[in-house]
Amino acid sequence: MDKVTVGIPRGIPYYYDGEFWKFFFQKCNIEVLNSPSTTQEIVDRGISLAPDEMCLSMKIYLGHLDYLEGKCDYLFVPRIDRFDDANQTCTNFLSFYDLAKTYFKTPILNYNIDCHNDLLDGALEIGSLLSIPRVSILKAYDEALEKAKEIKRVKNKKQLELLKEKQKKVLIVSHAYNIHDALIGSDLLKMLKENGIIVLYSDYFLSEDTNPLASKLSKKLYWKYSRDSIGAIPLCEDVNGIIFLSTFPCGLDSLVHELVIRKIKKPYLNLVIDNLSSFTGLETRVESFVDLLEQS
Amino acid sequence: MGSYGVPIYYLLTHILENEVVKPPEITSRTLELGSKYSPDFVCTPFKYTLGTMIESIEKGANLLIQMGGGCRYGYYHELQEQILKDLGYSCTVLNLVSGGRKISYKELKKYPLKIKKRHFLKSIYITKKMVYYMDKMDDYIRTHRCYEKKKGSFDKVRKEMLASFAKVKGVRDLFKTYRKYKKKMEDIPLNQPERRIRVGLIGELYTLMEPAANEEVEKLLNSYGFEVKRYTDVTYLLFEKKRKVRKYLKNFFVKYCMGADALDNIHHTKELCEEGYDGIIHMKSSFCTPEIGAMPIIEKVAQEYQVPVLFFSMDMHTSETGFLTRLEAFCDMLEMRKQ
Repeated sequence: MDKVTVGIPRGIPYYYDGEFWKFFFQKCNIEVLNSPSTTQEIVDRGISLAPDEMCLSMKIYLGHLDYLEGKCDYLFVPRIDRFDDANQTCTNFLSFYDLAKTYFKTPILNYNIDCHNDLLDGALEIGSLLSIPRVSILKAYDEALEKAKEIKRVKNKKQLELLKEKQKKVLIVSHAYNIHDALIGSDLLKMLKENGIIVLYSDYFLSEDTNPLASKLSKKLYWKYSRDSIGAIPLCEDVNGIIFLSTFPCGLDSLVHELVIRKIKKPYLNLVIDNLSSFTGLETRVESFVDLLEQS
Repeated sequence: MGSYGVPIYYLLTHILENEVVKPPEITSRTLELGSKYSPDFVCTPFKYTLGTMIESIEKGANLLIQMGGGCRYGYYHELQEQILKDLGYSCTVLNLVSGGRKISYKELKKYPLKIKKRHFLKSIYITKKMVYYMDKMDDYIRTHRCYEKKKGSFDKVRKEMLASFAKVKGVRDLFKTYRKYKKKMEDIPLNQPERRIRVGLIGELYTLMEPAANEEVEKLLNSYGFEVKRYTDVTYLLFEKKRKVRKYLKNFFVKYCMGADALDNIHHTKELCEEGYDGIIHMKSSFCTPEIGAMPIIEKVAQEYQVPVLFFSMDMHTSETGFLTRLEAFCDMLEMRKQ
């Protein structure tokens, strides 16, 4: 049998489980084709496909899928519903699979995470679809999970060390798929680095630490990834400022960020990025925020 | 929400000893107030409900009751409470459903509610029945109002019915009232048409059920002589949805549940197409995430059956003229297709 290629789009779920699946497929000896970092062309592809009001991150995700269409044997599209009742996800996460099936003709590799299925079930499902023996799936799963966790631990350790530094520090509260995206977050990060400010990422902290802390700011919040990101705020009490980054029109951030902004007593900057954002406008706002930090 | 104020008011006055404030009708001031204090790109029901809350507080309320759904609706109350507090109002928002979980009796006890134990279940039963009868009547109105000989006769009977529903004393009284008005409605003289044009109305629940939010689209369609079919009503959402979703998942277009009413709407599109409806109108409030995810699939389903679909995204900035132009053009197209 010919070797199959699995196309993994560098979109929303990639930033949560991407490393795990990379190692998993490596261990199972399956070729993986990653889509490149987001470019303007990929965004345009996504925009031409999606309805106008869909959020920018989702449009980028569809753009990545469109890029991979025809270049691989399988598209890798998960569906993530909830981990438990207090840890649900955005409704866009529920519709990944069905949207991809509507738009693209390439067969889809899909797994589902909800109350009854976790990542292991997902790995078993994917493995059996690619006819990998069960023993090697389990072995690959264990090793990949350990490796992915190790990477997270290293990131977390680095963050905690940075937190002790004396320089001006800024915490970026955002979903991982926004701040680490080459198009949405890179300009902001570059500007902050040029001004010599230490950047802390809310998603680099371990979920086990940040998730329970979220209750300090919002008692009834039931979205996992929002909990993880705002939980970083009580954790980093001695940062000088907080930047909220979201894409237009993100359903969760519109409510959660607004609530958190009303409760914190630190300088903050609320950035909403859409596909028409101008670089100059962003520059002006970030510069004035940096000036504010230096005065404080 | 729409005329459901009647049964809800009935329920609250009958099970609570506290004073119940009737929320004022939604006007442009409501929406203005709501959107002034809301975040920019939150969905429109948030703005409507926040506006209504402010107006109710002005009338003297200090405990507000909010519901929740399968999307960000369940999280409204926490932000709304914070916004109201920042505005200087002292009030609490009680949320009945959050993140798919109903509030427990223990949590409910923390709020200053005095529940009448006498006739408690009876009142709940009557309210449930009342909503059921209302929805049944509305279904009848939607398919028959378009043929009425004298304009406004259905609306008049409906208004009378709601007024007498508000005063019913018991289960039997409610049933009698329902029978009386049902008879009255069936007696309204109709022009029997040669050909019927039927339109299906699907979409997000608030926009569909609140006439102030959808520019009274049902009335408009009826006045053009079109029959209207709408699935979404309170009976469906509260009592039928759970049972039917399992059935809907077997439909071959969608594999998973997609949050809120997205799956239902996709299935209803298919059902409407198979039953031979002439057109489908999809309405949602702007930025309603689950419906945005469902739209491409609805489009695909309708394309397969060759049925035209019109998408509306309602906001406070939706101009009435623009809305009317699009709706009229769509209706003309349906008529031309029929000929």
